[in-house]
Amino acid sequence: MKIIISNQSELPIYAQIKEQLKEQILNGQIPEGSTLPSIRQLAKEVGVSVITTTRAYSDLEAEGFIATMQGKGSVVLSKDSGIVRGQYLARVEEGLATAVSTARMVGITDAELTGMFEKLLHAERK
Amino acid sequence: MELLEVKNLGKKYKDFRLEDISFTLPKGYIMGYVGQNGSGKTTTLNLITHVYKAAEGEVRVDGLRYEDDPVRYLENIGYIGEGFQFPSDFTLKEIRIVMRSFYPDFDIPRFNELAGRFGLPEKKRVSAFSQGMSVKLMFAAVFARQTKLLILDEATNGLDPVARQEVLGLLQEYIADGEHSILFSTHILRDLEQIADYIYFIDDGRTVMYDAKDELLENYLLVKGELALLDDTLREQLIGIEEHAYGFEAVAPSDRADMLPRGVVCEKPDIDQIVIHFIKNKNRA
Repeated sequence: MKIIISNQSELPIYAQIKEQLKEQILNGQIPEGSTLPSIRQLAKEVGVSVITTTRAYSDLEAEGFIATMQGKGSVVLSKDSGIVRGQYLARVEEGLATAVSTARMVGITDAELTGMFEKLLHAERK
Repeated sequence: MELLEVKNLGKKYKDFRLEDISFTLPKGYIMGYVGQNGSGKTTTLNLITHVYKAAEGEVRVDGLRYEDDPVRYLENIGYIGEGFQFPSDFTLKEIRIVMRSFYPDFDIPRFNELAGRFGLPEKKRVSAFSQGMSVKLMFAAVFARQTKLLILDEATNGLDPVARQEVLGLLQEYIADGEHSILFSTHILRDLEQIADYIYFIDDGRTVMYDAKDELLENYLLVKGELALLDDTLREQLIGIEEHAYGFEAVAPSDRADMLPRGVVCEKPDIDQIVIHFIKNKNRA
């Protein structure tokens, strides 16, 4: 787990923490089922206020990434939970959309694109 | 659960009046008490620590008023001010003896552990301590007591950046268990911009603003632009307009962002900038 706070960022600090944790949860660097540091521990480590880390965690909770249990800390939820799955779908769609628009831009035909996609799927499966 | 409750606190002096100071500080949080020199910061802190008796209002520390139980009230509070609080010919040995006699629950092993961690020399007289070492000594003395509320009055003034950073770390350690709180007065906001949960801003004995720091930072924008843009409509939107030969700078409520004219530059302010423009605004009024 890593968190880097930038004073140059347009995002408020709580949002920077939230986005970075979200990114690491989505790409698996923070595995599901793992326990995040407590709100107070994180505030101390990163050198930000408790209110700031509290807000980051409550936003992650509202978006379905983590669950906080009194005395047990905050646990990263399974990727199958509805809201998180929605976030993954959005991400996949975004990636595909980029592929499609880039392909169109340079004149790759739909058939070629489908071929590439199937080849990739095939390669992954092996 | 509130650790510190200040209600309508006030006191009149010959040429200064502290008026209607009210706030609450919950357990486990840090509040920055901010204002210019002479704004009433130290007066407020002295009323809380009961160096002086308040003429108006009420203070509770962990639910207790001074009048309810003076000894317990004062034992709950740790205070570190700008000046040094031990006689100059003392060494750590004398400090242990004196602290123990003042505070029966003074934890000597804990004090030794902190003194070791801060690299405080055992045999040296405290008059030979650097400023950074003196401040750390005061922290060691306070942290070895069973306090609940730490009151700091410009305690980081004169510290170099490294020592300052260390002190901020200590403050975060103090509140980490969620049971302790800190009231931190300063005119150097950068010090506590990151770690403070709440900001109380006082000027000329009166409250200017009081909010969670994150709210303040989100609720205001720093607005800059050329003087030609500064018409009456824009002036009405802005707080504390600072004009110079080639442009202006002010703050504006973030929810007005859409109403600002094209051509102005909007930035995320820091707390210092918000405070400067609020003072400017008040002085003009």
